Formats: sequence, structure tokens, C-alpha cells
Amino acid sequence: MILKLKYFGMIAEATNKDEESFDFNGISIADLEQALKTNYSKLEQLNYSFAVNQTMADQNMELKENDEIALLPPFAGG
Amino acid sequence: MQGKLTNSEKHRYSRHLSLDKVGLSGQEKLKAAKVLVIGAGGLGCPVLQYLTAAGVGTIGIIDFDSVDETNLQRQILFTTADIGINKAVAAEQRLKQLNPFVEFNVHSEKLTNHNALELFSNYDIIVDGTDNFSTRYLVNDASIISNKPLVYGAIYKFEGQVTVFNYKAGPSYRCLFPEPPKAGSVPNCSDVGVIGVLPGIIGSQQANEVLKIILEIGQPLSGKLLTYNSLNSSFFTVNVNRSESQIEKVLDKNFNFEQIDYDFFCGIKQDKNIQEITIDELKEWYQNTTDFQLVDVREEWERPRIKKENVIIAPLDELDEFVTKISKDKKVVIICQHGIRSLSAIETLKREYNFNNLINLQGGIVNW
Repeated sequence: MILKLKYFGMIAEATNKDEESFDFNGISIADLEQALKTNYSKLEQLNYSFAVNQTMADQNMELKENDEIALLPPFAGG
Repeated sequence: MQGKLTNSEKHRYSRHLSLDKVGLSGQEKLKAAKVLVIGAGGLGCPVLQYLTAAGVGTIGIIDFDSVDETNLQRQILFTTADIGINKAVAAEQRLKQLNPFVEFNVHSEKLTNHNALELFSNYDIIVDGTDNFSTRYLVNDASIISNKPLVYGAIYKFEGQVTVFNYKAGPSYRCLFPEPPKAGSVPNCSDVGVIGVLPGIIGSQQANEVLKIILEIGQPLSGKLLTYNSLNSSFFTVNVNRSESQIEKVLDKNFNFEQIDYDFFCGIKQDKNIQEITIDELKEWYQNTTDFQLVDVREEWERPRIKKENVIIAPLDELDEFVTKISKDKKVVIICQHGIRSLSAIETLKREYNFNNLINLQGGIVNW
């Protein structure tokens, strides 16, 4: 299935892009995270939460065609 | 209602009084409100400026840091003449000129898990303008325990986040980010740049949320994280759900707030057995001519510099080149600006070079 991924802050730096279309062969957020870590090794060091179609989602959430997934890291700066 | 307005105040706030949703009763609510702003930095400056201008009656300012030349690119309350002055003190001086009807409480100390709960108890709303994860988790937990709404803002380079936590059974910071940052993933504070206008935009949004909460108008940004990207001028909103287990964890009787080492929790400090000293103790060591070495792991341009004979300059990125100059026999105090890079230096030196005589300067040299 094709997913739309959106990256923020240091995640966008780790992937070197703000967004992309991603061809995904898994089921859940946990599977997606594994696939992304394989593609972008720098993600291993980072902390982030997932949102699916603009709502926070946990690792077990199952994904479907055309879902929009955002990877949101916490920002420390003030 | 304790917030009765004088004629002079009515004139000053006339643009508020003529708004249906504010009016005299709204302005009286603002006057009666008490808001604590944590950090008078990039976010704190615009928050303080707008809350003061709007006539929030009591404003607390807490910041242990002093104004540095590199702050002036974005921390718009301060002038060149303020360099070296405590930020809470310098902010109050400026804000009093802006609005003499506001009462300020200046706290020029560090917010810790020992003073947070008592401090929070004097205010209705807490604003997070801090610059590190440890304090953000600390502020969040203290807000949950004190049951106060927390207006959150955070920035990174060209992007910002705003939301309201702990508002009418809404989510908290831990519901959004249950896991603290991974050890070693927190960037070196001298390395991260930020575009100067960004904290102005995010801080103004925080001030707006504070006013909405006090006035009970509109929809406070609870349960929604607003992110802003200043490069493509886009906003992106995410719904955040309250996680009962995260909230309960903090309210549990076994959650010993005052005993938590938030630097350790956030991976800034990975080793709980690092010895630390305070800046006052360091000053005493110099007065008593204690025999020790001081290793400064900051970049050459950072101020204040310590001009003493026992100082070695060893910027963190080049630490390996200076290892042979660091004593293994006498006490060695490792310092940086805020005490975070120095912890990372100590961990490297302990792990890779077997040092066991290193002491961290808690909170850094910034208030030397």
C-alpha cells in the first residue's frame, strides 16, 4: 500500500526530506517504524511519536492505503 | 471580584473593553489572573511582553540564566546594556516600563523539583518557555500534581510546537511524548541554531492561549498539538488523546516527584554516580586555594571565561586531543555553560579513559 509520510524537525533532517510517498508492505505502525529504520539509520537515535491522519497513534495501529502518517519529534528549544 | 479597574486602566485597555468577548468583566478577569512564565528566553520574552501589555494582574518570572550577547538576536525584551544581568531581573525592569499596573514576582533561581510545587501553588496558569527536556518533564509533572493548566511552546531551528496541557482533564506532555529522549540524542546546546523570529511567533501563540484560558473564550488548544514550519509558512495540527496511565503514573503515591533525577530520566546524565558541585562551592574552592584542575569544554567564544591558572580549554568535540593534559590524580572539575555538555564529557572520559576523579559543575558556569 502507498502511504503519505510527513517528517518534522530532526526527523526531516534524518530522512533528508519533509515528506514522501512510501510503498509499505506491513500492517502496523510498528512494522512501518522497522521499515523506516532500515531506510534511514539515523532514526535509531531519535525519539518521536506517530500520528495517523492527524491523530496520535500507538504502535499497534493498523494502516491502510493512502493513510497520512506524521513522525513528530519533541523539540527542546525555547 | 478582586480585579476592579481604575479609570486609568480602563483607558489603557480600551481596545479590549470594546471587544464583546472581553469587555470590562474580561479585563477584570485578566487583572485577577496569576501566570507563571518559566524561562525568560526566546519564548518567554514575547509571552511576558504580551501578557504584561494585556494587563494580566500578577506575572511570575523564573530564570536563573543571565543575558548573553548571543541571546539578543531573538530575545527581544533585552538590550545590549542588559548583558550579564539575570534575565528575570532584566525582564522585570523592562516590563514595568511597559505596564506599571502589573505586579511582578521575580525568581532568579533555577526551577527544581524542590521549589516547583510551592511556586506553582501561587499561580493559575503555567507557561513553559524552557530550553531543555529535563525541565519540560519536570514542569509537566509539577503541573499535573498541582492541577494547573500548562501552556507549552517549543522550537527547533525553523519549526515550532504549541499546545495546552492539563486543561480540564486534557492530555499532558507525557501523553504526547511518553518516552524521554534517548541517551545522547540531546544536541549540544551551542550547536543548535534558531531563526530569530520563530520564538516570537510561537511565544505569541502561547500568550494567546493564556488569554483565552483566562477569558474563557474560544477553544484553548487542548488535545491538539499545533506545529508551525517557518520556511514554508505551514501549520499542521495533530489530535492528542489523554493517556490515563501516563497521568496516573505521576499522581501515584509512589511517584516521588522531589526525588526524581530528571537529567538522568532524559538521558542527559547516563551515570547516576557522577559527583557534582555548585557554583558557590567552586568559588569556595578558589578562595580556599584547594588544589584542583578546571576543564572548560565550551567553545572559545562562549562567555564568561574563567581566568585562573588551573584552567584547561578542551572543547567537547576535540576532547580526545586534550586527554593527556587532564590530571588523573587531583580533583578535576569539568565545566560548560549549563552543565549538560560537561556531563557528557565526564561520561566519555570515564568510559574511554578510565578517569575516576571528575566532578561536574551543576548548572554550568553561566552565573559565574
